[in-house]
This record gives sequence, structure tokens and C-alpha cells, in this order.
Amino acid sequence: MTRTRIVAIVPALNEEGIIGKVVDEIRAVSPEIDVVVVDDASSDETAAVARSHGATVLRLPFNVGIGGAVQTGFRYALAEEYDRAVRLDGDGQHDAREIPKLLEPVECGEADLVIGSRFAEGEASYRPPFARRIGIRVFARLVSLLSGQHVTDTTSGFVALDRVGIELFAREYPHDYPEVEATLVALRSGLRLAQVQVEMRERETGASSITFVRSLYYIVKVLLALLVSSLRRYPRLQGTSR
Amino acid sequence: MTPLRASIVGVIASLVLLVIVLELVRGRRLKERYALLWLATGGVLLVLSAWRGALNTIAGWVGVETYPPAVLFAVATLFILLVLLHYSTVISRLSDQNVVLAQRLALLEAKLRDKD
Repeated sequence: MTRTRIVAIVPALNEEGIIGKVVDEIRAVSPEIDVVVVDDASSDETAAVARSHGATVLRLPFNVGIGGAVQTGFRYALAEEYDRAVRLDGDGQHDAREIPKLLEPVECGEADLVIGSRFAEGEASYRPPFARRIGIRVFARLVSLLSGQHVTDTTSGFVALDRVGIELFAREYPHDYPEVEATLVALRSGLRLAQVQVEMRERETGASSITFVRSLYYIVKVLLALLVSSLRRYPRLQGTSR
Repeated sequence: MTPLRASIVGVIASLVLLVIVLELVRGRRLKERYALLWLATGGVLLVLSAWRGALNTIAGWVGVETYPPAVLFAVATLFILLVLLHYSTVISRLSDQNVVLAQRLALLEAKLRDKD
């Protein structure tokens, strides 16, 4: 039996201050995990820093947005025939030490998609600002309603996938503000979902990409995407990861 | 007053626009990002067609006294201008990106040829 190949996909935009630490932390968890940093046309030294810390760097020729960047990673995972993929943010808000916990349901053959949820076990220590908390709740309720499954956190960027999930997201992944719609697409395609409680850390450097001005576009775009996605038909994929 | 028939036609036309845009998005021939302005156009025209009182009031404000539906045309024209302007910015961005792609491809080709 060949060993299971795992890739960590880390989208990053102008994160030279922390990307080295993020890469180190993932590699410290397990030397088995290959780290791929997708640099979404940073204007700083993100790519060089990531490379010097041992990551493979995919540099996009211009900024394509978080969804397009993450999908680049999934396409790489598909082309390089990885069995598992973990996606975590390049700003250090996800704790790499939780990767094994996230991969566990996939290893057991119980899930194709594992979401690192901030609210899987009720109230977590993570307390986002009020408006954001409401948004997270509303989207989770909506996706639960449209998919018929109880989803606690649809805006998390900390997820693990098996081969079936990699294939789906390599083919189909929204381009801007992708997480909510991607969750619905995965569930409607018949992927088995597991949710694992994770903690989110505060950002250490850089600035969050979500500004107040963009919030309105975010909400309207996601609502439209959810509405339209629920009108589409998706071929059912079989969980064949065992 | 707005003739009833003009209101009905306005409602039907905006509904048709909304349905076409949603169907294009559903069939993946139009991305959500570019559908939003069209949906806003359809929505505003639908409200102004159906809510006759509002149309008459707005016509009063802008000094259109004889034929309030003219305001519908004005609003529709304004939105079409907005959509066109938006597309001009999109085309500009695309052409910039296209140049970058071509340049990166040229560099890549040179590097590959060096390896042979």
C-alpha cells in the first residue's frame, strides 16, 4: 500500500510577515504534509518567504480573488494526485496543530468534507463582532435549510477534503466570497460532511480582506448565489474514499 | 396619471428581464458579480411600474407633468448607462490582465526553450 499523500493549501495575499510561521507550523505538525502556498499576486515578499520556508509556491500572474486562488490549490492537488487536502488561511488565524483533528473523519472514511467549525459545540471562545456573528448565523441557517443538513459554520476557511472533495472543488468553486456557496454545492453533490470544533486566532499582521464597504456586496452576492445554486441540479458524487 | 396599460406593460417587461437574468445565472452563462446590476435594474423598474403613486410623485419632483411614464424611460436609460460604464471598467481590467498573461507566457516559453 502506498502512503496517503496530503497537501496543505494556503492562499495568501501580502502576508510576508506571517507566512513563514504558518508554513513552519504546518510542517511541524507532520513532515508528511506538503505545503502549497497560493500567492494571489502579492506586492510584497510573500512568495519568496514561503519558498524559503520549504513551501511550493504557486504565483498567480494577477489578483484573482480568494476563491480563484484556493481553486488553484485544488487543481494542483488534483493534478499531483493527492489523496487529501487541507485548506487553511495564510494569515495565521487557523491553528495548524488542529489539522490531524480535521483529517480524522476523512481518514476513518466517514466524511468527504470536514469543516473546521467555530460553533460545532455551541458557544466557542471565538466571538466575532456582532454584525459578523449575525451574518455567520444567517448563512449557516440558510445553507442548513437548503441542504437539509445541520451546518454550524459555512464561512470557515479551515476545511479538509478527500479525493472526491478535491475533484469537486477543482472543477467547481465560486470566485469571490466562496465558502458559503461551496458548502452548499458540496452538500448538494452528495458529499458526506463532518464538522469539527476549532479555535480561530486573532490576526497578527496584515489586514482582513473584508472591509465594511464590501460587506453589502458580500451579503447580496452570497444570497443570490445560494438562491441560484438551489435551483441548479448537481450530479451526485459517491463517497469512494475508503 | 400613468395609463394603466403602461403600468402593466412595464411590470411584464421588468419581470421578463428578471427571469432572463436569473436563468442566465442558473445556466452559468452569467456570473453573479455581473448579474447584480441587471437585477437592480429589473427590481427598480418593477417597483416603479407597479407602484403608480411613486412614479407620479417622482414625475412631479422632476417636473414631468404631462406623461409620468417618461420617468420610467429615464430611469431605465440611467441604469443602462451604469451597466455600460461598469462593463467598460471590466473590459479595461480584462485587457490589462490579458497583457500580463501574454507577458508571463513569453517569459515561460523562453525559460522552457533554454532547458531544451
